Amino acid sequence: MAIAHADPHHVHGLDFAGAGHAGPASKRIVTGYGFWIFLLSDIVMFSCFFAAYAVLSGQTADGPKGSELFDLRSVAAETGCLLLSSFTCGLASIAADERETTLFQLAMALTCALGLAFLSIELREFASLVARGAGPSRSAFLTAFFTLVGCHGLHVSAGVLWLLTMMAQVTAKGFRADIQRRILCFALFWHALDIIWVAVFSVVYLLGAGQ
Amino acid sequence: MFGKLSWSAIPIDQPIPLVTGAVVLVVIAAVLLWVVVRGHLPYLWREWITSVDHKRIGVMYTLLACVMLLRGFADALMMRGQQAVALHSQGYLPPEHYNQIFSAHGTIMIFFVGMPFVIGLMNLVVPLQLGVRDVAFPTLNSVGFWLTATGALLVNISLVVGEFARTGWLPYPPLSEMTYSPGVGVDYYLWSLQISGVGTLVAGINLVTTVLKLRTRGMTYLRMPMFCWTTLASNLLIVAAFPILTATLAMLILDRYLGFHFFTNEAGGNVMMFMNLIWAWGHPEVYILVLPAFGIFSEVVSTFSGKPLFGYRSMVLATMAICVISFMVWLHHFFTMGAGPNVNAIFGIASMIIAVPTGVKIYNWLFTMYMGRVRFATPMLWSIGFMVTFLIGGLTGVLVAVPPADFLLHNSLFLVAHFHNVIIGGVLFGAFAGYTYWFPKAFGFRLHEGLGKAAFWCWLIGFYVAFMPLYAVGLLGMTRRMQHYDVPEWRPWLLVASLGAIIILIGIVCQIAQLVVSIRNRAELRDRTGDPWDGRSLEWATASPPPVFNFAIAPDVSGEDAYWAMKQRARQQGMDDARPDYRDIEMPRNSPTGFICAFFATIMGFALIWHIWWMVAAGAIGAFATFVVFAWRDHDEYVIAAADVARIDQANTAERRALMSGAA
Amino acid sequence: MSDQSFEPHATEFAPGDEGEGQVRTRILGYVVGLGLAVVLTVTSFFIAGTDLVWQPSIPVAIIVLAIAQMGVHLVFFLHITTGPDNTNNVMALAFGVLIVVLVIGGSLWIMANLNQNMMPMDQIMQMQR
Repeated sequence: MAIAHADPHHVHGLDFAGAGHAGPASKRIVTGYGFWIFLLSDIVMFSCFFAAYAVLSGQTADGPKGSELFDLRSVAAETGCLLLSSFTCGLASIAADERETTLFQLAMALTCALGLAFLSIELREFASLVARGAGPSRSAFLTAFFTLVGCHGLHVSAGVLWLLTMMAQVTAKGFRADIQRRILCFALFWHALDIIWVAVFSVVYLLGAGQ
Repeated sequence: MFGKLSWSAIPIDQPIPLVTGAVVLVVIAAVLLWVVVRGHLPYLWREWITSVDHKRIGVMYTLLACVMLLRGFADALMMRGQQAVALHSQGYLPPEHYNQIFSAHGTIMIFFVGMPFVIGLMNLVVPLQLGVRDVAFPTLNSVGFWLTATGALLVNISLVVGEFARTGWLPYPPLSEMTYSPGVGVDYYLWSLQISGVGTLVAGINLVTTVLKLRTRGMTYLRMPMFCWTTLASNLLIVAAFPILTATLAMLILDRYLGFHFFTNEAGGNVMMFMNLIWAWGHPEVYILVLPAFGIFSEVVSTFSGKPLFGYRSMVLATMAICVISFMVWLHHFFTMGAGPNVNAIFGIASMIIAVPTGVKIYNWLFTMYMGRVRFATPMLWSIGFMVTFLIGGLTGVLVAVPPADFLLHNSLFLVAHFHNVIIGGVLFGAFAGYTYWFPKAFGFRLHEGLGKAAFWCWLIGFYVAFMPLYAVGLLGMTRRMQHYDVPEWRPWLLVASLGAIIILIGIVCQIAQLVVSIRNRAELRDRTGDPWDGRSLEWATASPPPVFNFAIAPDVSGEDAYWAMKQRARQQGMDDARPDYRDIEMPRNSPTGFICAFFATIMGFALIWHIWWMVAAGAIGAFATFVVFAWRDHDEYVIAAADVARIDQANTAERRALMSGAA
Repeated sequence: MSDQSFEPHATEFAPGDEGEGQVRTRILGYVVGLGLAVVLTVTSFFIAGTDLVWQPSIPVAIIVLAIAQMGVHLVFFLHITTGPDNTNNVMALAFGVLIVVLVIGGSLWIMANLNQNMMPMDQIMQMQR
């Protein structure tokens, strides 16, 4: 039959015109790539919140400005937590590839603790702002600030939830191929949140504090 | 306990939505009863609701689109009827009801007809054209479909419980803010779009990954059928643009629910930020809809002209150029809202530039037909109708892309005529062409040709009769969304337009009749070979309907128009009689994850609209639990034995061999 | 989707995968990444609060440092490189960056232009009273 007719001149090789194409990619590549596309779409979503913040940051409605509100020391502490957690998350990926269960769980637990520390500092900052009458309904500037930073915080919370699920899955099922793929995606997610945080602390806090 | 929900939410005093709602409920109950009594429920659950087969999901998307098309078209008929009678009078629709109707019409037609129709066709066809067994993420595919269905369900619930938005299909603030729209209408809009938006994003990620990472051996980028290219471009746009919609609607949600100040008049909010962001999504959205249609026309024109697509590479370039430039024109939707001459000029020029690649495509289709042996089957008729109609729509589009002209035409019925001209003439005609073209592939029998042609002529003539008068009446100064008017000169044009709507209605009746007649006569219309149109791409290389694994042996591609080349080779060298080396095939197992997830999303969306917070929490926890349960299962694949593969495949091979010998 | 008749590519990487490598070198990669990120972060925070540099250059410096740090994260943590095995990943990233630049840049430009041409909303509301 026609389809089964194999071409004897078929060349296996790189995927460019004329040279042929080797066929579908492995599951790890497919899953990782799909998640990569998702992350890019997530970053586009963040770019809208950044755009809104950039447009509205001057609209304080006679309320407090960023320089009167931001405490750069707690921002530095948050940044430290996230940078270290990216490192421990990297260690967890290596441990997963090497199938070192204890090391993996330890590194994930550290990542989780650092993530929770970040979240608690952020929550404390939000609470103190609201207590000082600088909640999100105060002005368009604070609206945009709370939404942008809060959206990142929500992503970190989701990441922590995912992280705990992965620890439980590795405990229950070991390093199966599908679980390895999920760990790959989780690591991508966690590192991408760090990139967004770099933009947040630079654009919101450091530039805002200078104004 | 039940938030803002009370018995007063049921519109007892408004006969139109109440009666419609009652009729729809009775019909749904009757269908459900019939399904249960006849014992079809297990079959539906096993083969459709929990299916992760891309072909089944594609069919369900398309079915959703067709059903919602009826709802959206009913709205259109009511609007045309209202404007036909509402000279110096209130007509039969009170203003608050009329406003809900035009908002629902736009929302439904774009999000729940256009989107599911093109996503359904892409789902059905792209893996077959690429020569692979499924999409990249089959279970997520099912989740995406069911979340889209959830969105559609919520919009329809608003008919009988509460109200829909009265703000137009894009809820411009400050009108859509709590101060001016305190009801639940805007909330219905926001949550149904947020939920279906997640589904669309999932579908987009899935199809991008499928095209880029899952192609059969030898299928290089420049050997992919044109429809795969436009699918890639369209889904890249989904992935890049839908997050903008999500973010923008989230801001409006925060304004409405938590008293934030993104788009309010107070505390420094800026309404223009909404126009800016929503159109940064909105313009790519029209290309998300129309690019797959361009792909369908490319396939159809090439097949029915018996020639390879003219200028394949220029078509690829034009597609990718549209994909990028569509992100650089969004300001032309609000030229009149205060931007300065330099900004308007640049976006005006960009809007005219994007017409160039589209023009390239039109010429390519024309040259494909030139010197070809053109067969005027129904899909080809839709394609030719498209070329003429879309050209007119495109030219009026270039007209409104000129800022000074737009200052006259903005928000007039001229604009309404323009975008219906491109969306009906482009997207809908394309969807219908694809529906007729691939129907035999999905179901194994062709659609009745005579009724299909009748439907086409009714749609084509009805379209011109309905929308050409709107151009004229727009130039006479009539603005869009008018519940009544006092200018007698407009009346004749609007009467003609409602006549056009009735002609389109006849076209729709023809389409329903076509479906019924075709199902009844399916024995005569049966497609035994899997190649009813003498096709060129790989979807025709397998049986109709294809087996669950699509291809018994992964096809090996060595050029453009892969299946055409195989047929040529078979004609010259005779069919290859060697029995192929069949192997076991692993396929993804069915999963109710999508359906259960959508169930919880419906609960959560409804609870959010009505401020029932405990129910929101229940829905969220349920959805998360569903995912964990899904992630916990141990076997997500099953194996089809080589012997079964061989049995299924040999049956089709025999049919094909008979065809080849008959042709020879 | 994954039976034997389909052979996986050997010439591509998933995003985030590093390919073959000794555990020691892989850890070293993360250490170098962390070190660079910390240096860039500290510089950013230092510049924001100092009087030592010309004041108007501070925002530019902070933005440049941020972009540099994002690059460091991409290379050392997400393992996105310019190698041929990474083409698809980089193309997707480039498309994403293009959209981000268009959305943020376009919004700022359009909104600045609108603000210049139009009266603030609260003043319009005042006039309508």
